Amino acid sequence: MKNLLEHMGIDPGRLHFSWISSAESTKFVDVAKKVTEEAASLGSKEKKYMKTKPKVA
Amino acid sequence: MTTYTQKIREISKRLLQEGRVDMVIGFARGSVPMINQPAFATHSADADRFVWDGNCGINLANYVTGRQETIGIVAKGCDARNLAVHIVENKIRRDQLYIIGVPCMGMTDRHKLTAAVAGEIESVDEDESGKTVTVSGDGFSETFNRAEMLQENCMLCMHRNPVLFDEMIADPVPEQTDEDIDRYGAVRRVENMNPEEKWDYFDDLLSDCIRCYACRNACPLCYCPTCFVDESKPQWVGKSIDPADIRIFHFLRAYHCAGRCTDCGACVRSCPMGINVRALTKKLEKDCLEYFGWEAGLTTEQRPPLDTYKPDDPEQFIK
Repeated sequence: MKNLLEHMGIDPGRLHFSWISSAESTKFVDVAKKVTEEAASLGSKEKKYMKTKPKVA
Repeated sequence: MTTYTQKIREISKRLLQEGRVDMVIGFARGSVPMINQPAFATHSADADRFVWDGNCGINLANYVTGRQETIGIVAKGCDARNLAVHIVENKIRRDQLYIIGVPCMGMTDRHKLTAAVAGEIESVDEDESGKTVTVSGDGFSETFNRAEMLQENCMLCMHRNPVLFDEMIADPVPEQTDEDIDRYGAVRRVENMNPEEKWDYFDDLLSDCIRCYACRNACPLCYCPTCFVDESKPQWVGKSIDPADIRIFHFLRAYHCAGRCTDCGACVRSCPMGINVRALTKKLEKDCLEYFGWEAGLTTEQRPPLDTYKPDDPEQFIK
């Protein structure tokens, strides 16, 4: 799935897969921080991920 | 090709007369040129509708899903592989099927033929040897080399002969190998792009999509009682033609076919806008081959890779 997302042009830095148990709350926090930081560092030019058309045309 | 047609009719009649099957599914001439339609024969007289030519591109495995009768089915290489997928996924039992195997030299691409001539095509004829295809219409008639007018997936096909059959209508045709063709050339070209270029490539590819879902309907793998795109509670994906919604639809549809797609080309063939939907599924096929050594529909003995767990499954992407 990661491969196909990357294949379609999603920046690899915006994709992250982790295995976190419900008992690993600290790991979840760490991963969430890391992912947001990494995505933020890539910049916010990515308007392209959002819908552009009005909901009712 | 007329010998194929005769043989298919002959076998179908025999099966129906002997009561071996309740129904035979084959191809019949469509109402417009270059698009044959599926035909269902329940009496031996109906079998005279069956034909075989280069326009039998739809995948007949699509029509056996969940059926209770015993069915004779005309199957080229890809149809037979999709029947194998159906059997593995419990959508039909092997003993319900009598597979009439057809060695296939590929299906002609109607978009290519349409683009190659100026006028409207009224009839398409193939010579018996399968070397040439002649298209004619009002005031023109042109002959092409058939091998050059094939659908892209047929040009890259490595399983022209059915892998699963009860009876073959002719001797097997020669198979292509990795030495003859470069199966994943188009996929590699996209793989070598940077993310921006990839994004633009798919933006352009999918820009014509009108969300008609013909690709889904033609696909033998898409048999869910309610497709995720039709569901509204919960609604998984936006139903508009906003590029974001279109992209999500195509991404998810393709992903549902991972490890199951036989690259039969039914999706591309059915697309009214001529979108090459295979650009997505071919990548998944390549990944499946590289990661799991798997090609869909070659056996009924093994579960597909995304359906099983092995300790050595690749998992480098999980951090």
